[in-house]
Amino acid sequence: MLHKPDTETASVERLDAEPVNAAQVRNPLYEKRRKIFPKRVEGRFRRFKWLVMLLTLGIYYLMPWVRWDRGAHAPDQAVLVDLAARRFYFFFIEIWPQEFFFVAGLLVMAGLGLFLVTSAVGRAWCGYACPQTVWVDLFLAVERFIEGDRNARMRLDASPWTLDKLANRFAKHSIWLLIGLTTGGAWIFYFADAPSLLKSFVMLDAPPVAYMTVAILTATTYVFGGLMREQVCTYMCPWPRIQAAMLDENSLVVTYNDWRGEPRSRHAKKAAAAGEVVGDCVDCNACVAVCPMGIDIRDGQQLECITCALCIDACDGVMDKLGRERGLISYATLSDYAANMALATDNGTAAVDPRRVRDSDGAFTEKVRQFDWRIVFRPRVLFYCAVWALIGIGLLYALLSRDRLELNVLHDRNPQYVLESDGSVRNGYIVKLLNMIPEPRTITLTIEGMPAARMRIAGQAPGDGRSFEISADPDKVTALKVFVTLPKENLGEADAGFVLIADDPSSHEQDRYRANFSRPAR
Amino acid sequence: MADKHVDEISGVETTGHEWDGIRELNNPMPRWWVYCFYATIVWAIGYAIAYPSIPMLTDATKGLLGFSSRAEMRAELAGAQAAQADYRERITSSSLEEIIADPQLRQFAVSAGSSAFKVNCAQCHGSGAAGGAGFPNLNDDDWLWGGKPEDIYQTIAHGIRYNSDEETRFSEMPSFTDMLKPEELRATAAYVVSLTGTPSNPTTVEQGRQLFADNCASCHGADAKGNRELGAPDLADAIWLKGEGEQAIIDQMRAPKHGAMPGWRQRLGDTAVKELTVFVHSLGGGE
Repeated sequence: MLHKPDTETASVERLDAEPVNAAQVRNPLYEKRRKIFPKRVEGRFRRFKWLVMLLTLGIYYLMPWVRWDRGAHAPDQAVLVDLAARRFYFFFIEIWPQEFFFVAGLLVMAGLGLFLVTSAVGRAWCGYACPQTVWVDLFLAVERFIEGDRNARMRLDASPWTLDKLANRFAKHSIWLLIGLTTGGAWIFYFADAPSLLKSFVMLDAPPVAYMTVAILTATTYVFGGLMREQVCTYMCPWPRIQAAMLDENSLVVTYNDWRGEPRSRHAKKAAAAGEVVGDCVDCNACVAVCPMGIDIRDGQQLECITCALCIDACDGVMDKLGRERGLISYATLSDYAANMALATDNGTAAVDPRRVRDSDGAFTEKVRQFDWRIVFRPRVLFYCAVWALIGIGLLYALLSRDRLELNVLHDRNPQYVLESDGSVRNGYIVKLLNMIPEPRTITLTIEGMPAARMRIAGQAPGDGRSFEISADPDKVTALKVFVTLPKENLGEADAGFVLIADDPSSHEQDRYRANFSRPAR
Repeated sequence: MADKHVDEISGVETTGHEWDGIRELNNPMPRWWVYCFYATIVWAIGYAIAYPSIPMLTDATKGLLGFSSRAEMRAELAGAQAAQADYRERITSSSLEEIIADPQLRQFAVSAGSSAFKVNCAQCHGSGAAGGAGFPNLNDDDWLWGGKPEDIYQTIAHGIRYNSDEETRFSEMPSFTDMLKPEELRATAAYVVSLTGTPSNPTTVEQGRQLFADNCASCHGADAKGNRELGAPDLADAIWLKGEGEQAIIDQMRAPKHGAMPGWRQRLGDTAVKELTVFVHSLGGGE
């Protein structure tokens, strides 16, 4: 059935909702928390948030179970932080501890990405993707499923303890704890082979640290997501404070457009009939009732607002019912809002009069500024984009050009040199061959320079003393004790030092190391 | 304090304490904080009963759990030794050749020998085994008593000039003060120096050669290459144990100094001596 909104007959339920986090109801200093019972809401932003939740939680819970074949010499888990073996696997990338700067670079990119997103579209991170928001959303969905919507929950909360209430609460907290358990459980699977860890976890013979981690993360998920909720954002998180520096007059923020909403009236029709000025806001409190942060968006920009946009959905629903344009509450920039406000108040000389923004036929005048998506691409955003991309390209370049065969040479320091009985001088080195791929290889280790010098490697056949074939274990460091001897007559060669070359003939990878050769002073 | 005083501005009760007209507001701690504090007190009492805590005159109370950090360390050491037991047994039952041929066993022996060396041997031979005047450098290929694994083992196990061990290595260089005149001593020293360098007075070298053949060759060999049976050093190489130069040679002929080393098998046991042997052999000069 096609529903045509009819202003004359449409009725809007007026909600008995009062913001708990508003300046006028808040006491100074310490105050006991007042519970918030967000009402269910439907709309495009709500749908988008469900989608984001599905995506982010899906990735988080399922990623450790994704397999990735790396051959016989490396684990087959797509994402694995192997702390014991000091390896980090991410699909086709394997990172050794000394390559941790890749992770540091990604964290820098994440930080800059946060700046970028914030200056482009406001607190989108807080409103949609922050784990706190996502899990609170999930916990609220559970609460709503078991205890009902806002009014039912408020009644239940106020009612004395009955068996029914006890059962309700028990069910809710059990499911919350279960969600917490799977959350903490999923975390540990990133640090060990997921299937075998799950098995040993259930059989109670997993390492104690696994149980401790799960216990701690279960507790934090349960406490933060179920019990503390909006207090985490308001009191614990530093990000809302940093936001202030990130937002400017062109940032998108959830805005109550009082230039068309005021003066609000609960009896709009009566007031209009009496010739009074009325705005679009019917003061139904829908925006207040759905707010998970317990604020009234009509009070203007507030620190508590995480821009989850649920009030937009709620208000749009009401506007649809009343047959008015959506967007009484909308994403808007401060500059657009200020311009429209100036229009509605005749540059601040009079009270808001929505008639100034509307034509005679009720539509908005052309002077009303609407959001222009081009404002997103302003210099500040482009700058963040550029820095972000630059770091990304740098990391990508480093990743594609990095060595998978490395050579480290440590000169013996005690003694620095050894005088042999024939007058020749011998130096000792610890040579480390880093075979950073999960395949065994044969590496040629060659000495370049000091033509008279001869090399000897413990446990290797002498050969010609200039070049050795070393078999390097897969994904391991092969340490060799190397002695280099320079005859008495050729000691002059020592001053130039020499170069050790590790070479994989099959892949043409090569690493060189310039080493010093010490000899007696005279 | 019967009268409650309420601060006018904040509307909060005061504690009744007053300093120059300034009163303290009675804002109690949050209850969860207070309960946490009580919990720590309860915990501390339990802890004091379970663990050593209350100091007495000479000792402290033992605690019900019988915990002691020394016992914990002993257990850790025992655990470490148990983890090494397999290697130790294999070293005990293997010959030196077998140990050196097995990379894993060799690696263990070198590491174990290295730490035993730093405790027992570094005092004379230096932490890098590079020795010093009178104390042989163990890195080089110049060996007084032999550089094969079994020679090194014999030296470490029984010592040198170590009277408590019948199998110890022994030899003694006589003093030539009474047998040779001072100029003959100088001539002999000049000859010895001429083997590897330039003597101060080349004209005496021929006389020194004859003196060397008569007095020294019986131990140091006709070619002065030494004799490992007697621990007689090679005088024709680049390495000087007691000091370099004619004067050092003359000093040694007049009043010979003899190095001495204790035998270690009685103290450290056969396994540790084997590990030390493999370590010394691995330093680069091993034969």
